[in-house]
Amino acid sequence: MTPAKKILITGNEACGEGAVTAGCGFYAGYPITPQNELTAYMSKRMDECGRVFIQSESELAAINMVLGASLTGERAMTTSSSPGISLMQEGISYLAGCQLPAVIVNVMRGGPGLGNIAASQADYFQATKGGGHGDYNMVILAPAGVQEMFECTYEAFDIAERYRNPVMILSDGIIGQMMEPIEVRYPQKSVDPDKSPWALRGCKGRESRSIRSLFLKEGALEEWNRDLQRKFRTMEAKEVRYETYKTGGARLIFVAYGTSARICRAVVDKLRQEGVKAGLFRPVSLWPFPYKKLKGLDKGTTVFFDVEMSAGQMLYDVRLAVADDSRVLFHGRMGGGVPEEADIINIAKKAVKRK
Amino acid sequence: MSDKALKDGPMHYCPGCGHTMAHKLVCDVIDGLGVRERTIGIAPVGCAVLAYDYWNFDVTEAPHGRCPAVATAIKRLLPDRVVFTYQGDGDLAAIGTSEIIHTANRGENITTVFVNNGVYGMTGGQLAPTTMLGQKTATTIKGRDVRRDGYPLKIAELIALLPGTRYVERVSIHTKAGVERAAEALRTAFKVQMDGRGFSLVEIVAVCPTYGARSVKEAYDRVENEIIKFYPLGILKDEGL
Repeated sequence: MTPAKKILITGNEACGEGAVTAGCGFYAGYPITPQNELTAYMSKRMDECGRVFIQSESELAAINMVLGASLTGERAMTTSSSPGISLMQEGISYLAGCQLPAVIVNVMRGGPGLGNIAASQADYFQATKGGGHGDYNMVILAPAGVQEMFECTYEAFDIAERYRNPVMILSDGIIGQMMEPIEVRYPQKSVDPDKSPWALRGCKGRESRSIRSLFLKEGALEEWNRDLQRKFRTMEAKEVRYETYKTGGARLIFVAYGTSARICRAVVDKLRQEGVKAGLFRPVSLWPFPYKKLKGLDKGTTVFFDVEMSAGQMLYDVRLAVADDSRVLFHGRMGGGVPEEADIINIAKKAVKRK
Repeated sequence: MSDKALKDGPMHYCPGCGHTMAHKLVCDVIDGLGVRERTIGIAPVGCAVLAYDYWNFDVTEAPHGRCPAVATAIKRLLPDRVVFTYQGDGDLAAIGTSEIIHTANRGENITTVFVNNGVYGMTGGQLAPTTMLGQKTATTIKGRDVRRDGYPLKIAELIALLPGTRYVERVSIHTKAGVERAAEALRTAFKVQMDGRGFSLVEIVAVCPTYGARSVKEAYDRVENEIIKFYPLGILKDEGL
């Protein structure tokens, strides 16, 4: 740990600085709101650090530039918002299929379609259930503040490299654009791509190699998939991240991530003042989802209240975890709407009264 | 392991396919320039998708049409390596037009080998952007019709127009003289890159004897009598320093 430096910064910029500090050597991005500060920040910082920045002609080109950068062994990142992330799904599937590390940031906005530019959490399914084709998973980290935008991004590069698999930061327009003071206390990392045992950098001194996801020989693709699945099971076992807030003795436990988790945290305090034993369970890794940890909080009569800025997507994972629909509440807002404290409190009180 | 750019062993291409000659020519140029150990090739989606099984240097696959984007990043990070894309007419001239145009226009210091045989071979002989007017394919059974299918796309001319490009040539490998010229064009294109001059592209008019005609003779005659009349051969751009 280096001495902490305190700076006031937006979530999008914190994400960029997290990448720079993690040794990101290549960035490609295409303008889209609400993540434009991030691309602009990277254009300045990557130049300052003598690293590569490209404003690509599309999100398609951006993700494929990231694929090219990654296969040289460099740390590579692209960032976008919901419609742009949809365009990148083919490339993300190729990254997973070719076993290439990369960091992809989605600063979510309202959808479907062009939607709007307000914050949203409606890309949970796309991110956690595999938006691209084929059997693959990737670690999805959901920061709930500007400090975590830095930290999650910083850590994402290590996770991506550990498993040679893409990692996604699933943020939203509020976290991306709000400013908070953060402590930058992490050491600058540097990677040596020449030491990468799989990268393509020219075959001098060794046999030539290829990077591919195509396996036509009978059984070969299934075998490749078995290897991938073994990797995903390891990720499930080792990469679970979550935070609990006042869950000890709680009768009602909110389950929320990102912006919704911040709202629910305030709601927990207000409900506690009114004598309602409320708590918050905040998954930080949306994949792997902390099923066992959430289940462990279930006292048999505990009410779980899932709050999202969507029609209810993480809700399915909450139900899976506690396997009891009658005690899982849901409140969500769609198309850029943000859950309001008063609405959440009303639903929570009614449910607790019923019990 | 051999120190030649082309591996020994069988290829999956149909008998008479232009890709076998194009592979051999590219590999001869790489050997001739002595750059095999610092070359990174990007293989397309299409008939040449298995190029990495035949090339004895570092090769990656790329999603359909995206080779130039992948190559852009590799070359920016490794400017002293020789980076080239090898793409067919479906990959480059249909699904990948955005990437090839923007990569060329940025003046990326890479080389593109564009093999134009006028048809989608891998998927069973469908209409390509480069298919000739009137040509029968699996999806134009009455022949390519302008009103329904639009016009054939002249990629080399299009790329030569862009200010970011330095060397563009169209060659054909249906004659001995054509093969010799193709070798020279590829050598020049790679040299342009190695001299740091910028983007170079060689369009190779090639024969698809499986879907291009009813016989090998007819396929070769078509190139001579029809195709190179529409796609004229020669250097379209050569900007010396």
